[in-house]
Amino acid sequence: MDSDLSPQDRKDLDKFIKFFALKTVQVIVQARLGEKICTRSSSSPTGSDWFTLAIKDIPEVTHEAKKALAGQLPSIGRSMCVEISLKTSEGDSMELETWCLEMNEKCEKDIKVSYTVYTRLSLLLKSLLAITRVTPAYKLSRKQGHDYVILYRIYFGDVQLSGLGEGFQTVRVGIVGTPIGTLTLSCAYRTNLALMSSRRFERTGPIMGIIIDHFVERPLSNTALLHPCNYRAPVEEEGGAYAGVEDSQEVCTTSFSTSPPSQMAVPGKEGGVPQVLLQPSHGTQADHGRAPSCPTADMPHQAPPSSCSSGDADVLSRSSELKSASPSDVLETTFTRKVGAFVNKPTTQVTTASLDLPFAAFAPKAYDLEENDPMVHPPASPTPSSPLQGSLHSQSSSQSGGQAQDDFVMVDFKPAFSKDDLLPMDLGTFYREFQNPPQLASLSIDISAQSMAEDLDSLPEKLAIYEKNIDEFDAFVDTLQ
Amino acid sequence: MNCRSEVLEVSLEGRQVDEALLALLHTILLHRSTGKFHYKKEGTYSIGTVGTQDIDCDFIDFTFVRVSSDELDRVIRKAVAEFKDALGNSGSDGMGQISLEFYQKKKSRWPFSDECIPWEVWTIKVNVVNLANEQERQICREKVGEKLGEKVINIVEVINRHEYLPKMPTQSEVDNVFDTSLKDVQPYLYKITYQITDSLGTSVSTTMRRLIKDTLAL
Repeated sequence: MDSDLSPQDRKDLDKFIKFFALKTVQVIVQARLGEKICTRSSSSPTGSDWFTLAIKDIPEVTHEAKKALAGQLPSIGRSMCVEISLKTSEGDSMELETWCLEMNEKCEKDIKVSYTVYTRLSLLLKSLLAITRVTPAYKLSRKQGHDYVILYRIYFGDVQLSGLGEGFQTVRVGIVGTPIGTLTLSCAYRTNLALMSSRRFERTGPIMGIIIDHFVERPLSNTALLHPCNYRAPVEEEGGAYAGVEDSQEVCTTSFSTSPPSQMAVPGKEGGVPQVLLQPSHGTQADHGRAPSCPTADMPHQAPPSSCSSGDADVLSRSSELKSASPSDVLETTFTRKVGAFVNKPTTQVTTASLDLPFAAFAPKAYDLEENDPMVHPPASPTPSSPLQGSLHSQSSSQSGGQAQDDFVMVDFKPAFSKDDLLPMDLGTFYREFQNPPQLASLSIDISAQSMAEDLDSLPEKLAIYEKNIDEFDAFVDTLQ
Repeated sequence: MNCRSEVLEVSLEGRQVDEALLALLHTILLHRSTGKFHYKKEGTYSIGTVGTQDIDCDFIDFTFVRVSSDELDRVIRKAVAEFKDALGNSGSDGMGQISLEFYQKKKSRWPFSDECIPWEVWTIKVNVVNLANEQERQICREKVGEKLGEKVINIVEVINRHEYLPKMPTQSEVDNVFDTSLKDVQPYLYKITYQITDSLGTSVSTTMRRLIKDTLAL
């Protein structure tokens, strides 16, 4: 069956299928995040945008997909499935849809891997983008928040559709024939959206653990985990980002040739298929993972501010219900100390020479104050304001620590532009005193309660006095007029 | 080679016409656009990246995906607006059709002008209905959303049959196959035409306007 396929073609095909599977998962999960997705077109290929489509890679999702695939590819009898389910705040859950990437035995031997298969996979991804907005789960995911959240689960193997209830519908997104089989992408979605009160996930308890916050590592962790379809800054952002960069450096096919082909396309069927022969050098470029341009800060995956800002509250409100009890060291630092914005660690040039001067903190000093400095390491991974701005290299900008965290943490307050506590009355002390003034005596509860009671008691007497002196009051009012 | 022809029919309220047509036309163009080609030496070329954007409709419960190209969006919006104006001004019962035709140019010798050979035509038949009250409008909003979803599935089904597509052109021929006028994406050469149908169901006189995307004929 594979005898006609050259080793290079086979290698390319495997790579295409692998990245297609990863991009499929990204598209599906991102379509269920509950926000509008927007990526920019770029006339210059970066080499990191597989299938010539700007599809952002959320590192956790890639990580989960790779974990599910475990180095294998979708093949005959082994499908990659992405299950989307809904979980209410009461704990009821319901499977909404299952997306399946399957391979069957029908081969298209004469198809050109390097161009035709690649182009058709690109077309299929576009179709997936369109269809993911059409199934009923899309509207539900746009409204997720306090009442329910949308979760995803990636698994590999036999397709499980029993959880979709009766009368589920199937829509085929598309097919792509390859020399080793035909890839089919389809979606089975639930039509009966009446929520079942029975706790469905318990039936699958032995197989998988339901994890709302997938940052928590459970002892029974396996590839079949439910994950929330909302995006928080990845905990291992650096690690995840590096993995993402590593993937994108396995460069995608961006170069094509218009030189005469060595084999004809199947006539009639693909009359219009471009007769393309990839330059051999390109194949080796792909193998060596050369990225023509660095897929880092140049990644043009930026959402317009309006959609991002509107998504802010949603993302944060959703993620606020996720208790991040991650064992990760990076996240744990958020529970320790946090530095205010614009704070720099005291430098060795700070001196105590001019204590009386205003803004003495900015005067250079002779000795090193670092040992007096409280632990001021800013959190390394603040939540970006929107998943779409969490680019691969956002961790470099995360060091500013300017982002609000979802959970309330006790911090040692270090106000902006302040220095250490050497001066008797510095800015920090002033702030603290200013913000915690003593309670006004008249506003204290006990005294007010007492006075209230006294007031009530003395009311009749006061009224009697006022009635007696009513003439005086009237005369006073007359003088005012 | 026969031109592939597909027809989609929608019944809409007047204010939904713009968004519904944009949704369908953009869905088709999403599949019929590539990144910009950059030809290099030795007959190779690289392809730019196509970004995508979710667009929520205001009058329909529907979200569609279009390519991230404001230029392309402007062109399509203009065509849809002209169609809608014609629909409103014609005095017909609000029936008409708008066609998105993909074509290839075939160079002819002088004095003959270039031939435009269509290879795929999408026709969207529109029937505008008038609704009496807000409740009907709300129902229409949802129903049209569902209908558009079905149409998107139809479009995707046709496109994924992988039938005829023009061959990838050499650098000298690229303008015969693709519209290279946009700076960020490169759709296949296309033109949008429309017809307004009168109440008898026949096409009225000659309200045929062409938005021509190719160069002027000789």
